[in-house]
Amino acid sequence: MPDNAIAAERSAEKPKQQAGKQEMKDRRAEASHTPEAMASVNEWAGFAPGRWQTTVDVRDFIQRNVTSYEGDEAFLSSPTERTKAVWAKLQPYFQEEIRKGVLDVDAKTPSSMTSHAPGYIDRDNEVIVGLQTDAPFRRAIMPYGGLRMVEAGLKAAGFEPDPIVHETFTKYRKTHNDGVFDAYTPEIMACRRSHIITGLPDSYGRGRIIGDYRRVALYGTDKLLAAKRAERALLDAKWPTDDVIREREELAEQMRALVDLAGMAKNYGFDIKRPAADAREAVQWTYFGYLGAIKEANGAAMSIGRISTFLDIYIERDLKSGALDEAGAQELIDQLVQKLRIVRFLRTPDYDALFSGDPYWATECVGGMDLNGRPLVTRTSFRMLHTLTNLGPAPEPNMTVLWSRQLPDGFKRYCIKVSAETSSIQYENDDLMRPYWGDDYGIACCVSAMRIGNQMQFFGARVNLGKCLLYAINGGRDEISGEQVGPAASPVLGDVLDYDDVMTKFDAMMEWLARTYVHAMNCIHYMHDKYYYERLEMALHDQQILRTMAFGIAGLSVVADSLSAIKHAKVRSIRRDDGLIVSYEITGDYPQYGNNDDRVDSIAADLVSTFMKKIRKHPTYRNAVHTQSVLTITSNVVYGRNTGDTPDGRKAGEPFAPGANPMHGRDSHGWLASCLSVAKLPYADAQDGISYTVSITPSLNRLDQGEKIKQAVKVMDTYCGQGGFHMNLNVLNRDTLLDAMEHPDKYPQLTIRVSGYAVNFVRLTREQQMDVISRTFHGE
Amino acid sequence: MADEPWAHSRYDLQQARSPDAPETASFNDPRGDVGWIHSYETGSTLDGPGIRVVVFMSGCLLRCLYCHNPDTWHLKDGTQVPFERARTALEAYAAPLRAMDGGLTISGGEPLVQLHFTKRLFAAAKEMGLHTALDTSGFLGARADDEYLRQVDLVLLDIKSWDPETYRRAVGQEIRPTIQFAERLAALGKPVWVRFVLVPGLTDDPANVEGIARFVAPMKNVEWVEVLPFHQMGAFKWKAMGLNYELSDTPSPSPDLVARVIGQFREAGCRAR
Repeated sequence: MPDNAIAAERSAEKPKQQAGKQEMKDRRAEASHTPEAMASVNEWAGFAPGRWQTTVDVRDFIQRNVTSYEGDEAFLSSPTERTKAVWAKLQPYFQEEIRKGVLDVDAKTPSSMTSHAPGYIDRDNEVIVGLQTDAPFRRAIMPYGGLRMVEAGLKAAGFEPDPIVHETFTKYRKTHNDGVFDAYTPEIMACRRSHIITGLPDSYGRGRIIGDYRRVALYGTDKLLAAKRAERALLDAKWPTDDVIREREELAEQMRALVDLAGMAKNYGFDIKRPAADAREAVQWTYFGYLGAIKEANGAAMSIGRISTFLDIYIERDLKSGALDEAGAQELIDQLVQKLRIVRFLRTPDYDALFSGDPYWATECVGGMDLNGRPLVTRTSFRMLHTLTNLGPAPEPNMTVLWSRQLPDGFKRYCIKVSAETSSIQYENDDLMRPYWGDDYGIACCVSAMRIGNQMQFFGARVNLGKCLLYAINGGRDEISGEQVGPAASPVLGDVLDYDDVMTKFDAMMEWLARTYVHAMNCIHYMHDKYYYERLEMALHDQQILRTMAFGIAGLSVVADSLSAIKHAKVRSIRRDDGLIVSYEITGDYPQYGNNDDRVDSIAADLVSTFMKKIRKHPTYRNAVHTQSVLTITSNVVYGRNTGDTPDGRKAGEPFAPGANPMHGRDSHGWLASCLSVAKLPYADAQDGISYTVSITPSLNRLDQGEKIKQAVKVMDTYCGQGGFHMNLNVLNRDTLLDAMEHPDKYPQLTIRVSGYAVNFVRLTREQQMDVISRTFHGE
Repeated sequence: MADEPWAHSRYDLQQARSPDAPETASFNDPRGDVGWIHSYETGSTLDGPGIRVVVFMSGCLLRCLYCHNPDTWHLKDGTQVPFERARTALEAYAAPLRAMDGGLTISGGEPLVQLHFTKRLFAAAKEMGLHTALDTSGFLGARADDEYLRQVDLVLLDIKSWDPETYRRAVGQEIRPTIQFAERLAALGKPVWVRFVLVPGLTDDPANVEGIARFVAPMKNVEWVEVLPFHQMGAFKWKAMGLNYELSDTPSPSPDLVARVIGQFREAGCRAR
């Protein structure tokens, strides 16, 4: 049935519960209890009632209605003809994109939810609809973050910037980027220039915010508006301090966003003012919520959250009533995932060097346990992972399994099986995160957990700790340019580096770096809120939320090994004519991080805690809670390129290890030792996540498939039991990768996991490909 | 050396790390307070059931033409390690190894060269609740008394050939001690995985394979026969150590050849893979 027909049918039966129960006797009460009448909504028939009916509370809805599934994957279904037809239509775009890069951009129209006419891929066969612009692979511009990024992106892709857009965003409308640079200090500018602080979201969208897109389906925009109105009433009663005025303005923006979202859906022929009435609508409404977000925010990471198990409740209801069969259920998820695979943003070559492979982290979390010890694994968790089989492997959506030792065995085994076939899954330790974030958190980007709908983060990229150590050694001078970037201090004197001396200097330099870093972040997020507020994503949050400010460190293993070398071996400094120390000579052996050796692993763990402590000293914008990640995405290559020789023996320009990985080749006692070293890093001081990537080669294993899977499940259980936080699991052949470098056309879908996310291997730069290959292939 | 691809890896050929170590052939240390260890590796899935820590002892009396660890032939190739340090290092893995149904495998070199050290390490592993496996050629099997074998849950027994001539040519020693050790293990009912390295042109003669298969098939204690295809991954070591590597032109066995040999074992009634 064409979508419009359904929509017409639906709009005829006007929803009974209009949001506008404005005449509330007690508007205060409305904040926690939306109208009584909500309890008898048609669309909710058959659901177990609860608090979720009177308050916006998706978790409660899931808790009361979820059907855990403890079986295996035997029930899964192949893609339908319609799914295959849509997929076939998309293939030429994928092919051409590998060759050409950006295929098309609408350079004239700054994107908003309603800026573009509806777009379709194959209207007759699309069960789930909605594109970012009016055509697939046609990228939009979002100049509110920064016009320079947009114009650089356009030029790099071979398109002309539009003069009217240029005039508007230089003459009449200020951008986030302009704002930040008005507030930056010369010191911050120098840090940016020398790459000791990099990747800051000061010229692009910060992302890492997860709207609770499920709310659109469960409540419809009218009820959400009513809830927002109630929140506004509370704010109206407060004295207008700066904070209150800002929150009022933000709420007004949020409400406008909900209205626009409904308008966007209406253009596609759907009335999302009311709740979704069946599984198809639930998928469609949820996707519309996400689509609205990616039309307005070009965030570095745009996670979709944790939708599979939520959607499963709708699917189960329809399966029971006979309105849907398994093929139809899989079709909904397949077609949703097709949409998530063609999200495209306009970005610059610099940006891509930092975040390779054009990622957008539409991260979806699957699995996990609830607080009562019940698995949140449903049949739709399987269906979501099954898209990797039905549609082939792919980097997006970033499939994230929340692993618990208590997960049902059938699901564990299925995850490992799909991993082995596609290398497209990352694993994160639910047993570790649940005590912090409850049982309805999602992962923003790669490893950042947040409670969905009442927590967001101010994303802060990362600092280069390796460079910080070199600054400490050189009295604040950059080891490449010689420029005085850090505070002038006494450089290391004499020939041989002394551990205590270096540690004292390093501690002081970290102190300075932490302060400068928090300073920069406060400027950035003040301006981002002001000029590029994510109105829809925040409309899908409660008004009272927890904000974290997520700092990050790169080069952990380089610094840990360097300090270990200084402590346990003899490191002699080599100076340039002007006294700058530019290289090191090591005599003797020293313990290296990644070998389960406490002598150095404790240095790494201490570094994480020490830097976190220093970060925590400085107040944050909006009193956000300080967090930290050990994560590099693929920027470990870029960090390495911009860092001189380090005392661990690493040469200038050589890549750092990704995330929390040991330096490649140095974890010489096998993967178990390596895992255990990484598992020692304290999550309490790295609550924004610790990324670890493992690649294994399957060919050397003589076990049969079933035994291999059983063994891998044990490995995951054990790693998590030892406190390991994250694992990117690749099952790869080195030869395949080498061949893919030479013949990219043969491997359009070859997906590998890198630090925290997956990429199309053939879309990496050559340098990044080499780095991936040269990294440890455990098992060889 | 530092620029070689294996620098800092366990293949790092730091020759003569213990130049003062005694000669391998006459070595006998009744106390086992110190051992010469070449290296250890964690996470192996090949050397026994579950996930293993594999300790490579140095010192071996065989000189297999296809040896991929020629850097473990002499005691002096290893680092001298006090027993207590080895025990502590192993203990750091005990909990995860137990959780993954794995344990300790001692390989080499030849573990039975350092009889007392390896016995103590096995005993320590048993105290930690770990499964233990001895990876041996069996040439020194007579040295391991029943008390030693009580600390060992599984023997990975390399039977490198059946034909005595081929055996001598391949490893430079007699086959007899290995045969006797295998028979003793069978009498004791000690679980064994027999391993056979398949080298084209050297050990692949059907009669040679047949001999091992027929010898092993009646033994109820033999849980697996594992056919290990020859590879060239150890070749660089021979070259780096200035040794004469006779097999530099020998290819890896074809899948067909591997299938034939596994088939021969199965035909004889062995559980082979």
